Amino acid sequence: MIPTLTAAEMADRVRSGDLRAAEICEARLAHIREHDPAVRAFVTVMEPEALKAAEEVDLRRKSGVALSPLAGVPIALKDNLCTRGVETTCSSKILKGFIPPYDAAVVERLRAGGSPFLGKTNLDEFAMGSSTENSALFLTRNPHDPDRVPGGSSGGSACAVAADFAPLALGSDTGGSIRQPAAFCGVVGLKPTYGRVSRYGLIAFASSLDQIGPFARTARDAALLLDAIAGPDPRDSTCLPDPPPAFAQALDRPFEKIRVGLPKEYFGEGLTGPVTSALDRLKSELKDLGCELKDVSLPHTSCAIPVYYLIAPAEASSNLARYDGVQYGLRVETKDLIQQYFKTRSEGFGREVKRRIMLGTFALSSGYYDAYYLKALKVRRLIYEDFMKAFADVDVLLTPTTPTPAFRFGEKVADPLQMYLSDIFTISANLAGLPAISFPCGFDGALPIGAQLIGPALSEGRLLRIVHEYQKNSDWHLRRPRLARRDASRVGTAA
Amino acid sequence: MSAYEPVVGLEVHVQLKTASKLFCACPLEFGQEPNLNTCPVCLGLPGVLPVLNGRAVELAMRAALALNCRISEFFKFDRKNYFYPDLPKAYQISQYDLPLALDGFLEIQTNGHSRRIGIERVHMEEDAGKLVHAEPGHGVPPGTSFVDYNRVGAPLIEIVSRPEIAGPAEAHAYLDALKQIVRYIGVSDCDMEKGSLRCDANVSLRPAGSGKLGVKAELKNLNSFKFVEKALEVEIDRQAGVLESGGRVVQETRGYDAAKNITYSQRSKEEAHDYRYFPEPDLPGFAVSMQDIERARAALPELPAVRRARFEASYGLPAYDAAVLTAESATADYFEAVVRTGADAKKASNFIMTELLRDLKSAGLAADRSPVRPEHLADLLQIVASGEISGKISKDVFPIMFQTGKPPKEVIREHGLSLISDASSLAAPIAEVLKENPKAIEDFKSGKQAAIGFLVGQVMKKTRGQADPGLVAQELRKKIGQA
Repeated sequence: MIPTLTAAEMADRVRSGDLRAAEICEARLAHIREHDPAVRAFVTVMEPEALKAAEEVDLRRKSGVALSPLAGVPIALKDNLCTRGVETTCSSKILKGFIPPYDAAVVERLRAGGSPFLGKTNLDEFAMGSSTENSALFLTRNPHDPDRVPGGSSGGSACAVAADFAPLALGSDTGGSIRQPAAFCGVVGLKPTYGRVSRYGLIAFASSLDQIGPFARTARDAALLLDAIAGPDPRDSTCLPDPPPAFAQALDRPFEKIRVGLPKEYFGEGLTGPVTSALDRLKSELKDLGCELKDVSLPHTSCAIPVYYLIAPAEASSNLARYDGVQYGLRVETKDLIQQYFKTRSEGFGREVKRRIMLGTFALSSGYYDAYYLKALKVRRLIYEDFMKAFADVDVLLTPTTPTPAFRFGEKVADPLQMYLSDIFTISANLAGLPAISFPCGFDGALPIGAQLIGPALSEGRLLRIVHEYQKNSDWHLRRPRLARRDASRVGTAA
Repeated sequence: MSAYEPVVGLEVHVQLKTASKLFCACPLEFGQEPNLNTCPVCLGLPGVLPVLNGRAVELAMRAALALNCRISEFFKFDRKNYFYPDLPKAYQISQYDLPLALDGFLEIQTNGHSRRIGIERVHMEEDAGKLVHAEPGHGVPPGTSFVDYNRVGAPLIEIVSRPEIAGPAEAHAYLDALKQIVRYIGVSDCDMEKGSLRCDANVSLRPAGSGKLGVKAELKNLNSFKFVEKALEVEIDRQAGVLESGGRVVQETRGYDAAKNITYSQRSKEEAHDYRYFPEPDLPGFAVSMQDIERARAALPELPAVRRARFEASYGLPAYDAAVLTAESATADYFEAVVRTGADAKKASNFIMTELLRDLKSAGLAADRSPVRPEHLADLLQIVASGEISGKISKDVFPIMFQTGKPPKEVIREHGLSLISDASSLAAPIAEVLKENPKAIEDFKSGKQAAIGFLVGQVMKKTRGQADPGLVAQELRKKIGQA
């Protein structure tokens, strides 16, 4: 087996001819065959497609064609990203059998750059959840502890990187769905600035919050993947026209003194002891690297969850209305149309999705709109302004990514509010459209602990630069789980 | 209908004449194979996003300006949520609280006087698809429906009038005026048969002279201007009946059955949809600059009312002529092209209104597609003015020009229609006429001058109108004098 290389190393070796892309791909696929039955990161493994793409890269190299920076580096894709000709389910029964006739913009870019796609990864149904337990297909297990959740909603993608199935993966983040599983699985996860990456072909959950981003083991790998997917797209009107800087290249610039803000609202009650001590250690390490630490306040932080749980379900209630059994996906045949709608949607959607559709429908209903949805929009603005004020004094904010490490299966399923609270530190960045990154900064026993940096709009480069500097001086990100070779069905199942 | 007066407001949907749909690049062609003009975006497949068609905004802005509206400095789109199989996303992208344009008016003509009807708003939205219900015997179970998404995403503007229309006839006049302007400015074909213009009407009654509006009914899917007028008439009668018998009008949506000439309840207020409008998160708001507005204004042609007045003033045309000629911009353009070559305005007007418009109408063409080019018509008028052919002959020449597209001189030559102005070629027909009409000769000789007219007419008949009548009279006099 090829030793576990970073994406950057794989790309270099493919380019230099030291390794064939097909060899790399074969090795990852073999690793998946061996260990994914226990982890269950993948909904679909795209073995033939991945090998074909890898072989094409090798042919291109042989014929002397210049290779793009990630050519031949295999990648896993969250199964809410449309892949031409390959089933895209959102881990929902309602999209079972849906084969998109087109690629998402990010998929198209990666395909053109010669990325072999290893497969599509499991998620909470329609990206609604924080543990991947809401997948209608199966549970995905945290590679660091099979009794614990990988986080969510991009649980499968986080696991794919944590278990070395793939050096890179794409996820989507609406309220923390990249960062929270990244923290639980001990990898780097970046949610870019809203509009940095085209959402075209990302099956929408909450359009004004959704953003696609990379999972990787290192900041450099995350930067390489961000380089490959970021930038304007005429097919997404919310995609920013700004040409992105070269993120990976910028990592080698000298590390300048950075003012790091510590929002007091993020360090209060609810943090477990190990998380607090990991963050305390991180603070002093950052100081050693030359960062200046400053206490700041984001007074509307406590509003983030209620605001999010009005705006996101409202948008979702509309975005998910198209799953009506008329054109594609599940259709429960009945005598009349209304019954077809009822039955198809009743059988096709899981509990959490239905809960959010109902919440959102209610929030937008006539007579309630002003009190709920409109009010939420106003408070969202206040949350954004909190950040703007903070960024007048500091360059980035440092927070824990989650209050606790990965929890056990079933622990929060019965209480949606408890589940929602696991995103308490990640949601605000989505509401404000800001870039944020989670990276490993310690362990609680076998369980990784993640720290989060939030920056002003378009500051992904700065966030990556800090994590890169930290990773040069620490090795939390190199701690790999000891993968069990056992069948997932042995372990208890959750609701 | 005594104690109550009707108040009508109209909501008109007009399809914009763009090459592609409002939020994707699919072409807009009428009469295509079902579902040919579709793509993932207009089919609302998972993950797709809308991109606004800039041309549609330009056309919508042009229409709003022609309707004297104020263009908003900032407009946005909203989602109107409802389930129906012809709506693939289960929401329509429309505009709710910040539409493209507000506060305009339309000048209409009724009973010879003009009146201003307020326009509340003009907003943009996408069209839905079309359900096609299976006919028996096509190998599908009865009751099966199909959906044709060709039309889905077609760019529409909705023009909402204020409730200021005084009745069915005025509603008809409003629609005529609206259609004329919208066609004039090249924004839409306004073809009701193809669905590029659709109309809903709100109507209520109130005590005559009262300032307060009564409870309204909304009449849906009225297929022609005539049906709008008729549906309003019967609905007004119905509401008057309800009120006069002490009843109350309930707010509801009603359909119109043209065969029975009645309106019928479709949906009560309680059953009305809650559309749960909210801002479309996939489209940012749009800021409109002064330059955008000026560009749209610059693209506005002279509007019909202004043109009509100018035709009266600068060509000295009667009001009737000016109205007919300016009814369509193509006709008015044609007229001006003819006159530009020096033709007499009134003569050109007469010829266009009678000959040209008749032939165009039967050929189903607009003036800009006329086979007779304006300069050829001008030549024809010039040939008549010079006396080379008579006015009567010109009406024989014209249809041939219309059929063949040839210039008048060529038609006249090929068909031997030029005026017989050579006395020698008149000798034979004159001799024949004199021989056949001894009585008329006697009358003339006994001093009845009118008799010469009769004889001229006879000669004209023999020459099938090709003779120069003046020359005929002169020759007749000569011959009778000699006799």
